Amino acid sequence: MSTIWQSLYLLVAKGLPTTILLTLALLGMGILLGFPIAFLQVYGYRPIRWFCRGYEQVFRGIPALVLILLFHSGLSRSFGILLPPFVSGLIALGLRSSAYQSQIFRGAIQSVSEGQMLAARSVGMSKLQAVWRIVLPQAFRLSIPPWTNEYSSVLKDTSLVSAIGVLELLKQTTLIFTRVQFIHGSRWILVILILAALIYWVLTYFGNAGLGFLENRMRIPGFEVKGQVER
Amino acid sequence: MGPEQKHTLGETVLRVEGVHKTYGDNHVLRGVSLQMRRGETKVIIGPSGTGKSTLLRCINQLTIPDEGHVWLGDREITHPKEDINRARAQIGFVFQSFNLFTHLTALKNVRIAPMKVNGMGKVEATKLAMTELERVGLADKADAYPAELSGGQQQRVSIARALAMSPQLILFDEPTSALDPELIGEVLSVMVSLAKEGMTMLVVSHEMGFARAVADEIIFMEGGGILEQGPPEQLFRNPQHARTGEFLNKITELYGE
Repeated sequence: MSTIWQSLYLLVAKGLPTTILLTLALLGMGILLGFPIAFLQVYGYRPIRWFCRGYEQVFRGIPALVLILLFHSGLSRSFGILLPPFVSGLIALGLRSSAYQSQIFRGAIQSVSEGQMLAARSVGMSKLQAVWRIVLPQAFRLSIPPWTNEYSSVLKDTSLVSAIGVLELLKQTTLIFTRVQFIHGSRWILVILILAALIYWVLTYFGNAGLGFLENRMRIPGFEVKGQVER
Repeated sequence: MGPEQKHTLGETVLRVEGVHKTYGDNHVLRGVSLQMRRGETKVIIGPSGTGKSTLLRCINQLTIPDEGHVWLGDREITHPKEDINRARAQIGFVFQSFNLFTHLTALKNVRIAPMKVNGMGKVEATKLAMTELERVGLADKADAYPAELSGGQQQRVSIARALAMSPQLILFDEPTSALDPELIGEVLSVMVSLAKEGMTMLVVSHEMGFARAVADEIIFMEGGGILEQGPPEQLFRNPQHARTGEFLNKITELYGE
């Protein structure tokens, strides 16, 4: 029994912080890059729109693990640019998440009806005012539910950076079970993996619950997600 | 002159000259000209697809006309150097589909333009918004969101939103066409009282009861131009074109008096 507690302690103390840090950094990077890309994809001049579309399609079209290897092994072996694994992982997954998040924001901006813009212009607002005061506040609310999905996938995809040696939750898991199996037998591999799985599940669950709470706080009649049960 | 001598007409508020608009092969507006004097109410009628809504949008430049000029008072708002936002702030627009800002309460819908466009303070703008909501009979709905209001109430809020900017004139684009029949009356009665108070109104509508009650003129549009215009009684009794008479009969049958 004490082996379980010891392992859990190691996972939480030495693996989890990196996973959480990486998740937050990725989500932040995803918003900071994804939002402007979405904005320019909707409102930008044509060449800029094309550029943003290209960016989004490239980073959504390549598997996350391939991106990670590109930014780590690819850069170091071919060009001698050796980034710390955490940084390579952050860049690779951050660019990827920004591409996905840009599509969430773009969809939300575009689902605000054309009439809202017309009405805003009709009372004398400039285009910028109309976007800032009318379109974006509505788009923000609409983007919370799909963004919750993105949180879940970003969190779980951080496990991929274990492949380049970032000491996060999954890497810590494998380190623990390689040691423990010699002492207590190979059945322990399963036990430790289940512990790791539980930690991911708890993070996903409570993260979603928190975002659901935010969604509720921001709820306005007329912005209910379609299909929701009427009260 | 209108059916009742409700008020004396003032100076020219709006002058539209030779407006053309083409979408692809579709020549929607073929040189439309009209004038509105202060306090006047004109109702535009005509078959669908004849450019009535496009004309309204060309007036406040939500649609940019290909040719032609629009003056608001003595300023030409189609002039390239003119600040169109400033002009639009003085032209109210009431949409068929209301287009209230969905994320704002009724009060905030009415208050936002005076605050953000005219730079009015919050306290003053709130007071103004309440006054305008009262004017359309919805002061008690100030804190309701659009989704919580009926279509008729939403349209009245959108009229209050236009009124809050103290516009030179208000353009109404089929304001009752999206409403259930039992809700049309409440919107029309607000519009009737506005007309009687001397608001300048250009209304695209087939509500002939409204037109007969308050319109100084009915404008009959067909094929992208104005075929005939005149006081309601004249158009009903003695139309110059057979098409005008036919059309008036048809919509009177459909919409009643």
